[in-house]
Amino acid sequence: MSKQIEIKDLDIYYGSFRAVEGVSMLIEPRTVTALIGPSGCGKSTVLRSLNRMHEVIPGAYVDGSVMMDGQDIYGAGVDPVNVRRQVGMVFQRANPFPTMSIKENVLAGVRLNNQRISRKDADDLAERALRGANLWEEVKDRLDLPGSGLSGGQQQRLCIARAIAVQPEVILMDEPCSALDPISTLAIEDLIAELKNEYTVVIVTHNMQQAARVSDRTGFFNIAGTGKPGKLIEYNDTEIIFSNPEKDDTQNYVSGRFG
Amino acid sequence: MSNTTVKPEQGSKLSLRAGKLPKGATWMVAIGSIIVAIVLGMLMTGGFNIPLIALLAGVLNFIVLYAWSRTVEGKRKATDRVATTLVTSSFVIALIPLISLLWMTLVRGGPVILESPTVLSRTMEGMKGIYDQDYVAGEGELLGGFYHSIIGTVLITLAACIISIPIGVFTAIYLVEYAGRNTLGKAITFLVDVMTGIPSIVAGLFAFALFGTFLTLVDPGGIGSAKMGISAAVALSVLMVPIVVRNTEEILRLVPMDLREATYALGVPKWKTIVRIVLPTAISGILSGITIAIARVIGETAPIMVTAGFARNLNWDLFGGWMSTLPTFIYDSQMRPTSPGVAAAASSDRAWAAALVLIVLVMVLNLIARLLAKYLAPKGAR
Ligand SMILES: Nc1ncnc2c1ncn2[C@@H]1O[C@H](COP(=O)(O)OP(=O)(O)OP(=O)(O)O)[C@@H](O)[C@H]1O
Ligand SMILES: [Mg+2]
Repeated sequence: MSKQIEIKDLDIYYGSFRAVEGVSMLIEPRTVTALIGPSGCGKSTVLRSLNRMHEVIPGAYVDGSVMMDGQDIYGAGVDPVNVRRQVGMVFQRANPFPTMSIKENVLAGVRLNNQRISRKDADDLAERALRGANLWEEVKDRLDLPGSGLSGGQQQRLCIARAIAVQPEVILMDEPCSALDPISTLAIEDLIAELKNEYTVVIVTHNMQQAARVSDRTGFFNIAGTGKPGKLIEYNDTEIIFSNPEKDDTQNYVSGRFG
Repeated sequence: MSNTTVKPEQGSKLSLRAGKLPKGATWMVAIGSIIVAIVLGMLMTGGFNIPLIALLAGVLNFIVLYAWSRTVEGKRKATDRVATTLVTSSFVIALIPLISLLWMTLVRGGPVILESPTVLSRTMEGMKGIYDQDYVAGEGELLGGFYHSIIGTVLITLAACIISIPIGVFTAIYLVEYAGRNTLGKAITFLVDVMTGIPSIVAGLFAFALFGTFLTLVDPGGIGSAKMGISAAVALSVLMVPIVVRNTEEILRLVPMDLREATYALGVPKWKTIVRIVLPTAISGILSGITIAIARVIGETAPIMVTAGFARNLNWDLFGGWMSTLPTFIYDSQMRPTSPGVAAAASSDRAWAAALVLIVLVMVLNLIARLLAKYLAPKGAR
């Protein structure tokens, strides 16, 4: 499992508005890559283009290519549904399915994709995914209760469990901790460090310390002004970005002297 | 050390306390005003004139409450009390016609059903004016009834549901999930808006003309046989579809985009997202919307008259012969009583009983809608 992602010269549009321009980056398997930058610079947009969620928005499209282990996910004849099965995603706001129990939430991906699965296998899978998301101990006694009855942090880990239950190759996370307290945040950061052993992880964050703590490589995005497209300014090992970046903009941003 | 007690200074800027009317003051004033108004009203007219007493009570209530509150609580609170009273009395006034309608139906229809429960199980087949004259003269029981109309109402409404629920729900799904802002979507929304405003008699004429046209193709003289239950059901569908579309659309738009995205991100195709996630999340709202649409058309009279006629006998066949529904039965009984003169009261009795049954039906439907909304709604706080 886990794949290499190579973004080549990607332009991303919302209708006629070009939100992101000329992004190229190589993301190695089994690493954590952080995307940072000021609000509105297109981090979420780039992230969502990696599993073809971008085009869910009416009028949105991309130009360029994203190679996943050498295969272009925007190539002709590629079904976005198949791409999304390999690239899981965790959203900024936890969004468990309100009609489903905790267990059903975890198994949703498998069940909805029509895979027949025996009771025993389902139980095992649910346990594995919940353990993988560091949630098992907290919910093992109430697996049949609604997922929306958990705390915010637990819901977010439930969503992570749901994403890893379908055994993707890549996991994308868009500000997964922005609505959480420091303790839940720590739990998720630990989790990200573990996920790295099996998956390629790409995470968007506004928290510089978090990027420094969890990621191997960091991409800094910036925007010249409102209405202008966002650009990838610098992409390098996290240590270099935070200690000795090439560009002044990056230095200013990571040291908090921005604008 | 000296013991100093700080007294709250009345009127001082620092004091957080303020004068307050005793608990239940509003009710005391209201009841007091009503009693005084009754006495005053009796003195002025010597009788029990309800409108006058209500007016007096309202005015008294206002003056006393405002004056009292103004002196004790100050201007802001007094204004607040006046506003509250205004809003509450408007509500009561709005309620008057509703309550009196229900009361009237209960008083006129209830005893009929209690004394002659056979109206529920008999039809008007073979009814003659002479029977009604006997009944009014106290020499016989109340014959006839509206069993055939109950059955007709149920059958026609059921058929209308079978036609309009799939069309309505699917249209709403198309509008919300697929149309986006495209031209077809806009056109449908516009047409649905127009349909909402169609007068019900026009819907009836449309359905009758539709079936009439088809039937004349088969048999040139067959236009008369277009009067049947299914034409009525189609007429009701024309009225129901826009309501179902609107309600369902509103509910579907309430399902958060987050949920759909979460499902897509798991690699679930769109149609399955709709069937397995969106619809189950919205089901309670959709069902209660449908129930409200049914309640809305079940009392339609005009379109039934032009499409299903006025049957006096029980007819189970939606595809042949006239049918009767509760509203058309009521209309028919009032306009063309079985017996002329005093004995028309018998027809009137049956009409009131039918009206009561119809109102109960509508209320039960609304109750079902509420229960559905309550028990099928997604569990857990969000
Ligand atoms: N659905 C949309 N339709 C049109 N424009 C959009 C849409 N979503 C985002 N944009 C625009 O695309 C640009 C990039 O947005 P994006 O959400 O990727 O920013 P971001 O870097 O994730 O910001 P934040 O840190 O605030 O989440 C912004 O200018 C935004 O206004
Ligand atoms: Mg974002």
